[in-house]
Amino acid sequence: MSSAHSTSTSDSDATTAVPTPVPRRPRSTARDLAQIAVFAALIAALGLPGALSIGGAAVPITFQTLGVMLAGAILGARKGVLAVLLLIVLVAAGLPLLSGGRGGLSVFVGPSVGYLLGWLLGAAVIGWATARLLPRYPIAPALGWTALGGIVAIYLVGIPVFSVVTGTPIGAAALASTVFLPGDVFKVVVTVLVAKGVHRAWPGLIEPRSWPWARRSVAAESTGTA
Amino acid sequence: MIGVFHPGRSLLHRAPALLKLGLLAAFVTAVALQGSLMALAVASVLVMVLFLIAWLPLRLVWQQVVPILWLLAFAVPVQVVFGGWEAAAMMAVRLVLAVALAALYTLTTPVSATLDAMQALLRPFRRWIDADRVGLTLALTIRCVPLLAEIVREVLEARKARGAEGSIAALAVPVIVRALQTAEHLGDALTARGFDD
Repeated sequence: MSSAHSTSTSDSDATTAVPTPVPRRPRSTARDLAQIAVFAALIAALGLPGALSIGGAAVPITFQTLGVMLAGAILGARKGVLAVLLLIVLVAAGLPLLSGGRGGLSVFVGPSVGYLLGWLLGAAVIGWATARLLPRYPIAPALGWTALGGIVAIYLVGIPVFSVVTGTPIGAAALASTVFLPGDVFKVVVTVLVAKGVHRAWPGLIEPRSWPWARRSVAAESTGTA
Repeated sequence: MIGVFHPGRSLLHRAPALLKLGLLAAFVTAVALQGSLMALAVASVLVMVLFLIAWLPLRLVWQQVVPILWLLAFAVPVQVVFGGWEAAAMMAVRLVLAVALAALYTLTTPVSATLDAMQALLRPFRRWIDADRVGLTLALTIRCVPLLAEIVREVLEARKARGAEGSIAALAVPVIVRALQTAEHLGDALTARGFDD
């Protein structure tokens, strides 16, 4: 619903900024910027103490990765990654926005920094796949792709970094991270159910695209409408 | 949203953020590459002296270092099994030193100073990154955190009132929809104030 509006404003950008012309680069509109900021804040809010707790307090399940997966699944790859990046920058600047009130540069020299960086990859994978799953967004493939981004991609970055920083063998690091697996599977399911509901209630958030292995004619059709 | 920063007037508080960042990066690299326990001992003394100079409340320092101790409680035994005592000790000391020094930076540097330093570091990349937009979005996000926390709280209460406490979808969908509405209003407000056109 907003695509016509955003393309019409893009040519007036040249007057405001950089002297070097950067043609045909999709600049964020005010709404994009606000969505990115709001989702970065949402990821932070999901980590605030007492915001949420399921079951008992035995295992502290943080809902921040749910926020990361939702950022990818609701906003798409580009905006989702930017939202996560924004949160990471604010954490680096010293705001205690990670769960448990963690923040500051100490997070970035610690062993779990890989998971934080994995969030970027995770949001990218989920966002990329969601754009291709829409508009139908079938549940089963959505679950698979969201798990690939929200679990596999994040662990893929997190576990090796943990292993290198602490000097533990990679197998032990992988074994230790399985503690979080049940919670993460749960979050994947929630992400898909929520994304399905939200995309139905609020269409047009992510522009549907075709899979790279789809026929060319379909691709040409979808770029023609952009 | 004050952050982890603790105000003070020490030498470390007054040093420019960029200088501190550079020294921190150099120190962390040096500690990571260092192979001898002797050098690590010297580095530990140095870090302690720096903490004495900064003169911070012990409670705050402790809060910053505790998370890494939890991780070490797992990693040290594993490392002892696979790499022996010395490797485990080196790894533990290295990590604690790096984390403590990074915490020292964060405790003595206000968030705004760090954001300014980042903006300065981004200057060479201004062809690709519009520092003003980045700054605006960062400020927006900081403002939005309490806003979103409030949305989550309200929806939690609404859910409780409806007796739908078991359903996580009853929580998450309204939160997302309201977050998107907030973004819509913010976007309109930005456009109304002459952002971008």
